[in-house]
Amino acid sequence: MESRKITVTVNGQAHTRDVETRMTLADFLRHDLGMTGTHVGCEHGVCGACTILLDGRTARSCLTLAVQTDGHAIDTIEGMAPNPKDKTAPMHPLQEAFRDNHALQCGFCTPGMLTTIIELLRDNPEPSADEVRIAISGNLCRCTGYQTIVAATLDAAKRLKAEGRKP
Amino acid sequence: MSAPSSPLRSNRVLRVEDPDLLKGSGKFVDDMHLPGMLQAAFVRSPMGHAKVVSIDVSAALEVPGVHRVLTRDDLLPHLATEFIVVGLPSPAYKQDINRPALSGLEVVHVGEPVAIVLADNRYIAEDAAALVMVEYDPLPAVGDPREALKPGAPLVHSSSPHNLLAEFDMGYGDVDAAFASAPHVFKESLWQHRGGGHSIECRGDVAAYDPFSETLTLWSSTQTPHAGRSVLAGMLGWEEERIRVVTPDVGGGFGPKLIFYPEDVAVALAAYITGRPVKWIEDRREHFVATTQERDQYWDVEIAVDDNAKILGLRGSIVHDHGAYTARGVNLPYESAQTVTLAYEIPAYFMNVKLALTNKVPVTPVRGAGQPQGVFCMERMLDRVARELKLDRAEVRSRNLITAAQMPYTKPLKSRGGRQVVLDSGNYPACQADALAKAGLADFPARQAAARAEGRHIGLGFANFVKGTGRGPFEPVTVRVDPASGKVNVYSGATAMGQSTKTMFAQIVAEQLGGDISLINAKPGDTGSIAMGLGGFNSRLAVMAGSSAHLAAIKVRDKALLIASKVLKLPIEDLHLIGGRVEAKSDPSKSITLGQLAKSVAGVAGFVLPDGVTPGLEATEHFVVDDMAYANGCAAVEVEVDAETGGVHINKFVIAHDCGAVINPMVVDGQIVGAVAHGIGNALYEWMGFDDNCQPVTTNLGEYLLITAPEVPFIEVSHHESPTYLNPLGVKGVGECGVVPTAAAIMSAIEDALKEFNVFIAQTPITPGEIVAKIEAGRKSA
Repeated sequence: MESRKITVTVNGQAHTRDVETRMTLADFLRHDLGMTGTHVGCEHGVCGACTILLDGRTARSCLTLAVQTDGHAIDTIEGMAPNPKDKTAPMHPLQEAFRDNHALQCGFCTPGMLTTIIELLRDNPEPSADEVRIAISGNLCRCTGYQTIVAATLDAAKRLKAEGRKP
Repeated sequence: MSAPSSPLRSNRVLRVEDPDLLKGSGKFVDDMHLPGMLQAAFVRSPMGHAKVVSIDVSAALEVPGVHRVLTRDDLLPHLATEFIVVGLPSPAYKQDINRPALSGLEVVHVGEPVAIVLADNRYIAEDAAALVMVEYDPLPAVGDPREALKPGAPLVHSSSPHNLLAEFDMGYGDVDAAFASAPHVFKESLWQHRGGGHSIECRGDVAAYDPFSETLTLWSSTQTPHAGRSVLAGMLGWEEERIRVVTPDVGGGFGPKLIFYPEDVAVALAAYITGRPVKWIEDRREHFVATTQERDQYWDVEIAVDDNAKILGLRGSIVHDHGAYTARGVNLPYESAQTVTLAYEIPAYFMNVKLALTNKVPVTPVRGAGQPQGVFCMERMLDRVARELKLDRAEVRSRNLITAAQMPYTKPLKSRGGRQVVLDSGNYPACQADALAKAGLADFPARQAAARAEGRHIGLGFANFVKGTGRGPFEPVTVRVDPASGKVNVYSGATAMGQSTKTMFAQIVAEQLGGDISLINAKPGDTGSIAMGLGGFNSRLAVMAGSSAHLAAIKVRDKALLIASKVLKLPIEDLHLIGGRVEAKSDPSKSITLGQLAKSVAGVAGFVLPDGVTPGLEATEHFVVDDMAYANGCAAVEVEVDAETGGVHINKFVIAHDCGAVINPMVVDGQIVGAVAHGIGNALYEWMGFDDNCQPVTTNLGEYLLITAPEVPFIEVSHHESPTYLNPLGVKGVGECGVVPTAAAIMSAIEDALKEFNVFIAQTPITPGEIVAKIEAGRKSA
């Protein structure tokens, strides 16, 4: 199998690795970098669990090859909370809103939901409930019925506005 | 730390599971990596039915990075039995059809595993799996369970005498007499389909064998680790002691993960045979062809009523698609048939149930487990009665619903375990009235007329349900104070798959042990930490494991107070537990932590325990209850149907429900809303299709439609609380409830929207095309 050397910046940190050209970005993140926060639910681009931010825009990491991201910046769920290792430190306002609104049950779709909603809130800081539903229409959740995810997103938008923060 | 201002139970407590899951540090089975681990891929049958003539693995073994390819012949020397025998007991079986670990003689459904390839990574394993040459000799296949039962139908298994897997009758009263004298009898044929579980995390296993301790550990995304251990031990011919099954974080269960699968035993044996850890993670296509589903039931039913719409009797038959093997038992159609009459007074009932083998992946419960079908039957028939007798649909139900004054109400039915069915509590008419009021029934006729004047078709529908929850007989829980940390560990065979089990344990245990949830460390789903367990299914964990945790926590509390009274030399009455320590009420400076108390009874060689105290600060409880706690409710829905396209838009959805005492209203809302969304999918979107040769035709999430956010309306939940007397918490299960009435309510609403076309819907799901066809038929006949 053909391999190439790539350098990818993940959550602000550069990683250089030799990867097979056919390796997906999801597998690169999960297996080569050990960043298992990004989840794989369908491997054909429908469920959205593997969604990451590639140069700030959402992308399916199951449909992206690792070699395509050479020289690019990726953000994953692991990079959202300011102090992820500190159990008592506050998380990102969107993560806090997810917890406060019970927007996750099994938590498997959550990484893709969070990255998708980050993009939404950057594009549209005060979305309506209907706009949230459309924004997450490419992310499947089998547990929540989406209602609390919509509520959490609206709540997060309010918190960010109150704090004068960008998502 | 001060005492909690309100009781922990019944409060909206934030979940202990969330921080890890939100930060990407959850621990799902695919997140495990062990040194030297091999990755597995399965070779699966591409045919619905065929003889396996030969399997040639030589080309696969030549692929660099491939270590082994195991077939049935490789597994057999290690197996006491090659069959996975898991059928729940029943006298109804006509034949025992159990799945083999790997199929090597005859494949009976697409997706059945015939070989496991072990390689350095999954990419290589899949490359090699494609090179395993299996020669098949195709045999005729049958997929429609009604066809399968006809004389001369192709045999699902060539060695079987016929395709009738099981048959039973259920009922009571003189149903023939009731029908013979009934002034009105209405008859319907119903087709009910439910799809797959489709947790967003597919199945997965990691297995490792330790030759020093001669033990095998299987980490699996299973809902039932103890059952898995038991089955695996039986198949290997090992003591259970040598096997540990651990359920890590699970990305949704929904039923299919309670089953023990061929892949589970193949992965476990592969680790044993190779001496290397082995991982297999199911992909979505495999989930479509190899994970159990719920699929099809065909009902022929008739209802007898008097002139006042009082039900005189209900009778009929069900043909149930069982799939190619018994992977759980006859329980699913049993629950369907048993659920039909639950909410109503029905003097006579008879149902004949036939389970037909088909050349499809086995059928086992998906969230709701046959009960949505029973409710669908009853509610569709009551809508038919209302229409025929020109009565209000709510009035027809009110005349037949069991009332609160009649509770507890004994049904002349036996549960699958032989127990009398007794509806313990609930106010069914109140739930119906509440749901209809909140759905806007009062002014609905005016709104409907106004909409119609604008050319729009809106309709209101509803359905009542009663659902058995808290399946017994027990779910043990150990509560143990860790002497080193003072933390309270909670162990159970209960499994957490998204339903907030750890939070439930934390609330219930902390309530007795000082009120600090952060001290509770719930570790469910590990056979290594508790001897017995049944697992998570049938909306049972809050009822069964919650009750055991409650009782165990009370024992630990009482013991902590007793030890503290000895150590502090104070009367028990002066002591209370608060934030991880026992404190004197009279003098808060006198206190001792739970950790110190645990140490004081952990034993020091040669030194005596405090007077009258037994060793260890822990308790294990096996709360036993055989009778089920019956939850109930009513779903009311307003839809708008586009008469040109057949598109259904849900304007409003209300569910009034009663799951007894509520432990955490936030979690209960989440369970209800999520299950309703699942039910909407069952009504309008989800369909697992097969062609005439039993080839699945919906094998990705583009072809098989899981509901997405824009299709789900805001779902309003109204709580009613009728605590049950069956357990110390007064709780009933809730996990499945929302799915149970939903399809029936939606069909009722669609019919109401299209009443000018005289549409009757006798199926679920229904597609826009089918709705248009019904409208066209109605226009022609008008």
